[in-house]
Amino acid sequence: MRDPERYLEELKARGLDPERYARFKDELAARRAFTTSNRGGPFPDFAKSLYAWHDMAALEGREPVQNPFGLEMKSLDDLLERDRQREKDGFPRKIRVGRLIKPGKVGGKGKVVVVPSTEEEKFVHDPSVRPPGEGGATGGSGKGEEGEVIGEQKVRETGEEPGQGPGQGEGEAHEVGASAYELGKVLTEQFQLPNLKEKGKKRSFTRYIYDLTDRNRGSGQVLDKKATLRKIMETNISLGNITDPSDLDPTRFLISPRDKVYRIFSEEKDYEPQAMVFFLRDYSGSMAGKVTELVATQHVMIYSWLLYQYAGQVESRFILHDTEAKEVPDFHTYYNSRVAGGTEVASAYKLVNEIVEKENLAADYNIYVFHGTDGDDWDTGGDKSIPELIKILSYVSRMGVTIAEHSGTQWTEVARYLENSGLLRDKPHLLRMDVMAEDAEEARVIEGIKRLIS
Amino acid sequence: MELINQHTKEIMEGCKVRARAAGLSFTDESLEYIVTNRDLIELSPKVMIPTLYDYWVHDVEVLRGRGEYELYPHNPYETVINTRPPISFYNDNNPDWLNVMIFYHVLGHIDFFQNNLYFRHTWEYDFTGQALSDKRVIAKLRAEKGRWVDYILEFARSLDNLVGYHAELSPLFASPERACSSRLNYYFDVFLQVEKKAAVSEYLKEIARYNENIEAFGDDGERVFFIEVTRKYPEMEAHYQKQLTVKRVERYDLLRFLIENSEFLAKDENVWMRSVLEVVRKTSIFFQPQIRTKIMNEGWASYWHEKLFLEDDRIKGHEVDFARVHAGVTSMPRVGMNPYALGMRLMYQLKEVADKGRTGYDFHRLTDAEMRKKYDSEAGKGDEFLFRVRSNYCDYLFIKDFVDQDFTDRFDLFVTGKRLDPQRMVWQYYVKSRDARQYRDMVLASLYHPPFIEIAPERGEHGSLYLVHHFEGKQLVQDYIANTMVGIEYLWGAPVQLETSEAVVQSPRGNRDGGEEPEITWQRVVYTMKDKVLERKAL
Repeated sequence: MRDPERYLEELKARGLDPERYARFKDELAARRAFTTSNRGGPFPDFAKSLYAWHDMAALEGREPVQNPFGLEMKSLDDLLERDRQREKDGFPRKIRVGRLIKPGKVGGKGKVVVVPSTEEEKFVHDPSVRPPGEGGATGGSGKGEEGEVIGEQKVRETGEEPGQGPGQGEGEAHEVGASAYELGKVLTEQFQLPNLKEKGKKRSFTRYIYDLTDRNRGSGQVLDKKATLRKIMETNISLGNITDPSDLDPTRFLISPRDKVYRIFSEEKDYEPQAMVFFLRDYSGSMAGKVTELVATQHVMIYSWLLYQYAGQVESRFILHDTEAKEVPDFHTYYNSRVAGGTEVASAYKLVNEIVEKENLAADYNIYVFHGTDGDDWDTGGDKSIPELIKILSYVSRMGVTIAEHSGTQWTEVARYLENSGLLRDKPHLLRMDVMAEDAEEARVIEGIKRLIS
Repeated sequence: MELINQHTKEIMEGCKVRARAAGLSFTDESLEYIVTNRDLIELSPKVMIPTLYDYWVHDVEVLRGRGEYELYPHNPYETVINTRPPISFYNDNNPDWLNVMIFYHVLGHIDFFQNNLYFRHTWEYDFTGQALSDKRVIAKLRAEKGRWVDYILEFARSLDNLVGYHAELSPLFASPERACSSRLNYYFDVFLQVEKKAAVSEYLKEIARYNENIEAFGDDGERVFFIEVTRKYPEMEAHYQKQLTVKRVERYDLLRFLIENSEFLAKDENVWMRSVLEVVRKTSIFFQPQIRTKIMNEGWASYWHEKLFLEDDRIKGHEVDFARVHAGVTSMPRVGMNPYALGMRLMYQLKEVADKGRTGYDFHRLTDAEMRKKYDSEAGKGDEFLFRVRSNYCDYLFIKDFVDQDFTDRFDLFVTGKRLDPQRMVWQYYVKSRDARQYRDMVLASLYHPPFIEIAPERGEHGSLYLVHHFEGKQLVQDYIANTMVGIEYLWGAPVQLETSEAVVQSPRGNRDGGEEPEITWQRVVYTMKDKVLERKAL
């Protein structure tokens, strides 16, 4: 990986304006990006509250059971109905359908659980406000001089987002598919997300379904009444049994066993659309906290919606980028990774192009690309990004760029060069952009999806 | 949920006999249930109280994370609940020896619930019974008012950490001998101090005069005392009479304040909401002592289960099994805070300290380290002292009074810090301090402490409600402010204002090379919730 420090100096030498230089420099150091990780590291109990200990776990080895959401008393529809009613009664919505993303590493496999969730708000102290670079304190025991370092944890590897991520224990996690498909259905039906207008090219798919399409005379599963009647007519006409077509008497028809036409099961080649979704996310230093949360939430929802639209025939690829891009295997890594680096959007676009080309995906798939960023890009004016972007637009069904702006910033670099390139105007059916503030509510996120995909 | 079998119950009864002999005291009856995972799913949102009212949030996954235990003043997986009789919950396949250990632990908790004075207000009734009647009240209201009951429940629950627990507790301890007439109280507490701003010497002189009068005239002393007072301050009697008519206005218990003062809730059609608020308030106050005695409660139960298990003749041969489980529960983690371990060690320390008579003046006067180390007056008051601590302390006092350098040195305790090394991009865990005072402060800072929010009715303009958050070094969770205030506005029926402090992190942008550390400064702000729209204004 190229050294971003040096790269930044290069950019400066090429005449980067001082305000942006300062910001990039800031991003590199990215101190504010690192909030205390609650888990992992050499001492996972570091942030465990005094009150998180309880007899059942300590004495009987019994961990908290999670609510298995399939068993819960109220169905999702009921909850959403309640929530809609709530809005009518003049109170803000309280149920979140996609917010709780629990990427748990169960057996090394990333799983996403999407469940309805809520929060009970109260006036409570916020323990997380402390000077940056300070990670809090807890008890300890054993050897060690004052000041001695007793353990280290790499920021890069275990940099997990705090807050709503992992819940208490992993529990019975659903597969991505199961719950995400449900979510897609909910999004489509309850939040009136549009259906796909055109399902794109239909590709043959190596899957067979069985249907009652073939016909057989004499025997079979289901009698085809219309065809049978036609045959009977033919037989009787040829026998001269019908003299006056205007005065038919069906009781006098002669019926030969061969006249009966049946439908029988047969193998059919199925034609179904399939989709490949690329999720791109900026994971540079500036993407801390809420911005990542927003982007990941939106991406889960988009994934769910596509999954529903394509009846499960969706494959997803996850790409993270800072100044360089890399593909990661699962949503867990996608959601949780973080580095302190700069930002170069072009790297991610380039990687998408490479993958598509290498695997010849354009021929077989409807390709979707969704990119989430905070709008920072070291590549001024999009000199590198725009050409890659145009390449992507030549094969995608839809590309959506989500920009979650930090409070205080406006008209970010990415937004600016996308706008200036004219691509948004020229190819509105291919490229969409959605800009929201980092503290957007879930409703806004869903609204954003509509903008990206409708 | 089913009761444990007779065989296991017999073991429990055996444990009770031995625990009583060791000095623990608790009611005769207790109920033990086997719980399955399915039971737990239903019980845990209800804090293990089977009869708690139904609420839709119990059916949804509640996002937890930030400030989880600040939000909920109780542990959802309590093994014993403080009811009459006490109810405890178990796995169905525990071996007998493990049950013996758990039973002793449970009996430790029960003894604590029934003797620690912070639980005083829970002694006279059975909470499951009360919860059941509350549940019926809410179910009945729900049949009449539908979803509005749930809104009110939600709004009330959003305030249930701002209840006057201590105010509820303190009248229970007022001793009858100290009772003074209200006139006397007014004269000394308000009139002299607030109205007259009397000098200390004058105040003391008045007290002396009062005592002389009581001595000289006995029961008539007070009357004689006030004759003189009336001569000196002719207006005193009028002030006193006027003061009697002034209604006392609650300033700290927001739920109670709303019940008593909200004009919206006083309307005929809204009066039913008060009962919902009352239910939520009572429930919250019931749970308050639980979280304020976590370290003590677990320490006490662990102390006794170890002691009693080892003396129990019924489970010979399981010492190793016991040792494994016990060590898992009560070993001091290298990093982290384990209330069982900390509490139990402190209990052992106190027993030893009191056995050697190191609680008294004579010991504390010693300055010679060597003599302190050897000091042993053979007082043998350990048990007595422990039982006194168990009755009179809560976590705050327990830690504040008893964590000293002797204790932290003995168990090798230190404060672990975590800091970012920006050069190498690693979090470093390091030994921050071995000073007992710092260790104590660190533990105290991690204790449950709801924000101190005072109601200032006199500052509200045009009928609005003014709340003052007294800043104690931590800001409120900002995301929660809006929705909490929506609820208060609804219950109050007029705009609500909250004055609080917020962090302004001075970003060291631009002078990174200078190595200047970012600093947090605090800014006083006022939030105003009017017609469900939140506004923020810096002061």
